[in-house]
Amino acid sequence: MATPLVVSDVAKSFTMHLRGGLVLPVVANVSFAVASGECVVLGGPSGIGKSSILKMLYGNYAVDAGQILVSHAGRTVDVASADPRTVLEIRRSALGYVSQFLRTVPRVAALDVVAEPLISRGTAPEEAHERAAELLSRLNLPRDLWQLPPATFSGGEQQRVNIARGFITDHAVLLLDEPTASLDATNRRVVIAMIEAKKMAGVALLGIFHDEEVREAVADRILDVTAFSPRRSAA
Amino acid sequence: MSAPDTRPAPGQDSAGETELAAYNFAYLDEQTKRMIRRAILKAIAIPGYQVPFASREMPMPYGWGTGGVQVTAAIIGPEDVLKVIDQGADDTTNAVSIRAFFQKVAAVRATTHTADATIIQTRHRIPEHTLQEGQVLVYQVPIPEPLRFLEPRETETRKMHALEEYGLMHVKLYEDIARHGRIATTYAYPVKVHGRYVMDPSPTPKFDNPKMHRSEALQLFGAGREKRIYAVPPHTDVVSLDFEDHPFEVQQFDRPCALCGATHVYLDEVVLDDRGGRMFVCSDTDYCETRQAEGHVGEMLATTATDREAAE
Amino acid sequence: MSDMPLLKVRSLSKFYGNRIGCHDVSFDLWPGEVLAIVGESGSGKTTLLNCLSTRLMPSTGDVQYRMRDGDYRDLFRMSEAERRVLMRTDWGFVHQNPADGLRMTVSAGANVGERLMAVGDRHYGRIRATASEWLSRVEIDTDRIDDQPRAFSGGMRQRLQIARNLVTSPRLVFMDEPTGGLDVSVQARLLDLVRGLVSDLGLSAIVVTHDLAVARLLSHRMMVMKGGHVIEHGLTDRVLDDPREPYTQLLVSSILQV
Repeated sequence: MATPLVVSDVAKSFTMHLRGGLVLPVVANVSFAVASGECVVLGGPSGIGKSSILKMLYGNYAVDAGQILVSHAGRTVDVASADPRTVLEIRRSALGYVSQFLRTVPRVAALDVVAEPLISRGTAPEEAHERAAELLSRLNLPRDLWQLPPATFSGGEQQRVNIARGFITDHAVLLLDEPTASLDATNRRVVIAMIEAKKMAGVALLGIFHDEEVREAVADRILDVTAFSPRRSAA
Repeated sequence: MSAPDTRPAPGQDSAGETELAAYNFAYLDEQTKRMIRRAILKAIAIPGYQVPFASREMPMPYGWGTGGVQVTAAIIGPEDVLKVIDQGADDTTNAVSIRAFFQKVAAVRATTHTADATIIQTRHRIPEHTLQEGQVLVYQVPIPEPLRFLEPRETETRKMHALEEYGLMHVKLYEDIARHGRIATTYAYPVKVHGRYVMDPSPTPKFDNPKMHRSEALQLFGAGREKRIYAVPPHTDVVSLDFEDHPFEVQQFDRPCALCGATHVYLDEVVLDDRGGRMFVCSDTDYCETRQAEGHVGEMLATTATDREAAE
Repeated sequence: MSDMPLLKVRSLSKFYGNRIGCHDVSFDLWPGEVLAIVGESGSGKTTLLNCLSTRLMPSTGDVQYRMRDGDYRDLFRMSEAERRVLMRTDWGFVHQNPADGLRMTVSAGANVGERLMAVGDRHYGRIRATASEWLSRVEIDTDRIDDQPRAFSGGMRQRLQIARNLVTSPRLVFMDEPTGGLDVSVQARLLDLVRGLVSDLGLSAIVVTHDLAVARLLSHRMMVMKGGHVIEHGLTDRVLDDPREPYTQLLVSSILQV
């Protein structure tokens, strides 16, 4: 089975220059792989570095050491050392990310927010909007909100826009940072079904789920991030 | 035109009795004339290009034609015959005083007949009578830079001329059409000379623009305050700028001259009384008088003649 | 994305006597990419922008630009005439103060149409139609086409300036604090408009700003400048989410959260 995401020996620390150069180690020796069709869930107490790992994988955080290998257009690219342009290219075509919060852009309608990743990959706008509408109705977002910018939506509504945006493409790797945190039971079940569908389609998923019900339902394997704690490895 | 000057300065008779201050022939000293002639030669060599020159103080205020007067003074010789017009007329203040000036400082012959003149200094008209080879038309120019109204920086306008960046000129015409539905610029209408430089033809009516095109006469332009001289040599292309869908057109007059009956000439409106009476007559007085002398009679003269007969 | 950079900047420096304007800046700009240059006043970001856009001669270094025919040309070895042609056709420059980039005494339509006339369009009807189309693209009512920008609000003026720059379909646009003097609500509208135009037209842009939110919204990549030096450079998300340099951390931590 293909393994589109391989993480090897990744270490990350923050140097807080504003606090006298204090070095905060986050994680070290992070090594794991996610295969196609597999959903791996990062486990461990909060503050242990689960979100940081997702942000490193997506290129939002720089890494101190190690490699993050993502299959992209028939080759393997190291996100940790790739130039910004390559990272953007990988995000556009291979690596999806559903963050905890939607970063809203003023004046852009929810439907356009969702359709945008498809359009940027060259899908015709009509088709992209159709797909976006499908996802939004599946996630039970009231139709009269579709043409409004999500800035004023409730947390749950914004989260559903965010999920639809993350799930609309057929990226080979999908990172999920608590996508169900602010959802009700009905919508949680919709998301679970959507994750199942992604698995069936051969997508490699890596997520953080605090909700036990969701975790139980989707996780093939739980990766305990405590194992990567630098304090522990130093000991 | 300009012969070496060996005659005693005018105003000084042979007996040495001096009534007036002794001026050099044509007022300017020979060094200044040489400097102006060099500028003129350069201007002729680069048609439409504004040549800077060291404009002198003249015994008349700026705006009265100091540029034109200096050009005329630099090229005039004792054998020349001078005609001076202001808005087409030989008898208005500006024309009369400049003519008197040259009669006094150069003692040249003056004429009002376009065909007889070798040098014609003009303020804002080109005579109706077609100019011939050997004649020189000297224009008085207030603002030589056609781009000035839209681009106040001299450094920038010079660069635009140098690099032939003339889009801005069309911006001006665009504004006209946007505002008035047609190109409403009626005077100082920009032209392109010899396919290269865009030039301000001085505030002549655009009616006269076609007369500049391939004229047999030499056309010289002098701007005294702005210190620029430019020229259109004989037989040079002078094309008025326009848009494909708004081509250049000259003014049309719907009636002939009231005095001489001429058509296809530029007419001035003359108010006759305080009850709205008016007539339109040739702006070029010499042309009008010549035609009247040849027996052409316009509407107004015809009526007065009839009235007179009726009264008798 | 094309696999050739649009702009190749190598070791660009500008000195004002003994003072450093910007020092040893090198980067590539790719087609369709938006680069933000951030830093506080006096950090050299505007000097760098002016050097890149050839409004200022650098002291050393070179900038290669990929012309439409695919050849690279050294901007500072081009004749002034060629550079000026480039600046009014293939490039745009959006000034912070719209009055610097507009002709305030001619109509909005003529402001937009000027570049078309400059490249030889001589059909009034066509010029006007294009101008009108661009006004609506930047959300200015087309019935304002004959009004002068003097009668426009700050936000409208800035949008007009953008239309004026984009009418010749440039490939590279320089922006100097494009949202500088605008109200927050007007800023948001402008940013969104610029963002949309840049992605619709596939423009490359270099945006100088001291506002990190502007950089976040518009740019793919970011350079942080301090004292004339580029001290941090990378993907915009990365620089803002995980700033490495002390100064960048200070900048990021100084943003007011709403």
